[in-house]
Amino acid sequence: MSAPLLSIRGLRAGYGPIDVLHDMDLTVHSGEIVAMIGANGAGKSTTLMAISGVVRPRAGEVRFDGHDLRALPAHQIVCLGLAHSPEGRKIFPRLTVLENLQMGAFSRTNPQEIAADLESAFTMFPILRERMHQAGGLLSGGQQQMLAIARALMIRPKLLLLDEPSLGLAPQIVSQIFNVIRDLNQKGVSVLLVEQNARMALKIAHRGYVLETGRITLADKAETLLHDPRVRAAYLGE
Amino acid sequence: MLVMWAAFDWTNFGQQTINGLTIGALIALIALGYTMVYGIVELINFAHGDLFMLGCFLALSLVSVFGLNEAGVLATMPWWRILGPVLLCFLVIPLFCAGLNLAVDRVVYKPLRNAPKLAPLVSAIGVSFIFMNIGLFWGGAQDVNFPDLVAAAWPEKSADGERIQTGIVRNLLADSDTGLRFTVKDAMVIGVTVPLMLALSLFVSFTKTGKAMRATAQNPVAAQLMGINVDWVIGVTFLIGGAMAGFGSVMYALTLNTVGYQMGFQNGLYAFTAAVLGGIGNIYGAVLGGIVIGLVRSLGSEYVGETWTSALVFAVLIVILVFRPSGLLGSRTPEKV
Ligand SMILES: Nc1ncnc2c1ncn2[C@@H]1O[C@H](COP(=O)(O)OP(=O)(O)OP(=O)(O)O)[C@@H](O)[C@H]1O
Ligand SMILES: [Mg+2]
Repeated sequence: MSAPLLSIRGLRAGYGPIDVLHDMDLTVHSGEIVAMIGANGAGKSTTLMAISGVVRPRAGEVRFDGHDLRALPAHQIVCLGLAHSPEGRKIFPRLTVLENLQMGAFSRTNPQEIAADLESAFTMFPILRERMHQAGGLLSGGQQQMLAIARALMIRPKLLLLDEPSLGLAPQIVSQIFNVIRDLNQKGVSVLLVEQNARMALKIAHRGYVLETGRITLADKAETLLHDPRVRAAYLGE
Repeated sequence: MLVMWAAFDWTNFGQQTINGLTIGALIALIALGYTMVYGIVELINFAHGDLFMLGCFLALSLVSVFGLNEAGVLATMPWWRILGPVLLCFLVIPLFCAGLNLAVDRVVYKPLRNAPKLAPLVSAIGVSFIFMNIGLFWGGAQDVNFPDLVAAAWPEKSADGERIQTGIVRNLLADSDTGLRFTVKDAMVIGVTVPLMLALSLFVSFTKTGKAMRATAQNPVAAQLMGINVDWVIGVTFLIGGAMAGFGSVMYALTLNTVGYQMGFQNGLYAFTAAVLGGIGNIYGAVLGGIVIGLVRSLGSEYVGETWTSALVFAVLIVILVFRPSGLLGSRTPEKV
């Protein structure tokens, strides 16, 4: 197989005196959806933060598309085509929907390409076009999640890190969001998906990782994980 | 009641309002620096008032270089020889204050960005004292006169319209029958402050950097994830805040004609109060707060008494915060949820 798009080896990261991630290995290949599941506090969000550079790794190697991410600050990592839609949406509440999307394109310079991507964001989520000039904070939870994903896509990423996109959303919206993730992936965007909704995540993913207290305990084809008795007992509520 | 109404001196009231607006505009210029920095890094930059003070001292040194600070020299000087140094002040002082503000951020606050909030706050108080001591060294312990350049360049005409009266600034409303004084100084303060604020508002609303500033203020982590260099945005904020204080310095010195090392403390406190009153973090709030405080100071000292002015300003602050805890234009819900 060709070199992975994202490869993490021996990653250690944490906050203050505490290490949250210990000796983590993880890869995402071009074209893949990779799911990461784990209990609350296992370190899933920390993993994504360590990749995008908001949390600085303490040891190990993080490589993306031929670049050593540990050598770059967060705002330059984005420019390599690595988008991160963080947990809890984190949209800009007092910027308009349009301005939120423009911030997504902050690192880009070609106005024609930006306009084209804005158009496809509006096609993907028509409600955002309707609410274009409204403050982001006035959107409903599901609409804010759509905005967060659309904003991350304005980076025109090769790899999209998604942290709990289904959190707090009605089942209908959740399936809409998962459909969008699958469509994006078919258009060539690789995805690293962190989810509480382990079943849906493993259903659309190619491969999956199980994270327990900062260590990868299982790594396999998503299909296999779905039928693994340990996964079924701990994360699928069976 | 009706008698009181009729007896009320509206001209005096109007005059105090004009004075209040002028002083309010100056306070607002300083308040912008407090509010913008707080909006982005949640730091109350206590040194900001003293930055303003140093700007005043640099203006004094600059006009002294041109010999405008020597006794009697202004009386015979043509207006165009005064205008040059004044314009130079408007160029140099904002640049100086912007650069110094940025330097303080890079040297003192930036290394403490991830430290507990109290660390940069105490450092800001430290920088304030350092600035004050520089001011003390620069200008001495006594208040110093700043030459009345505006009055020298644009003096009042005497009643016959010919002979000019030296030392009194021209009243632009002299030919009207309002009985009010709106001087060249008032016009300068309003004429500089209003375009500056409009420019700032347009910048923050419509430019890419301005939008990045607002995004960073609302959520710095998300801003980083958009590829915004947060440190750079913070730097721009300190530059703009410093430049605004610098414009305030020049106009304060030219208008009130007294500078002293303690002026940063008092005016900084009023400006900080204006920022809180308007809703800290909100640039329109800082402008509104500045105007409210200017009016309260001016009208209060006229109708309540000079000694009560400061007490009155803070009484107004407290009353407003009781009813609107996050200030006049502050967002009602906390920002970071
Ligand atoms: N900013 C922070 N400062 C200190 N500790 C943190 C911080 N963020 C997370 N932690 C700690 O790191 C550990 C892992 O947190 P993380 O957010 O990565 O978990 P998670 O797997 O994403 O959980 P969840 O499913 O609840 O989102 C937790 O013990 C948490 O308390
Ligand atoms: Mg999480």
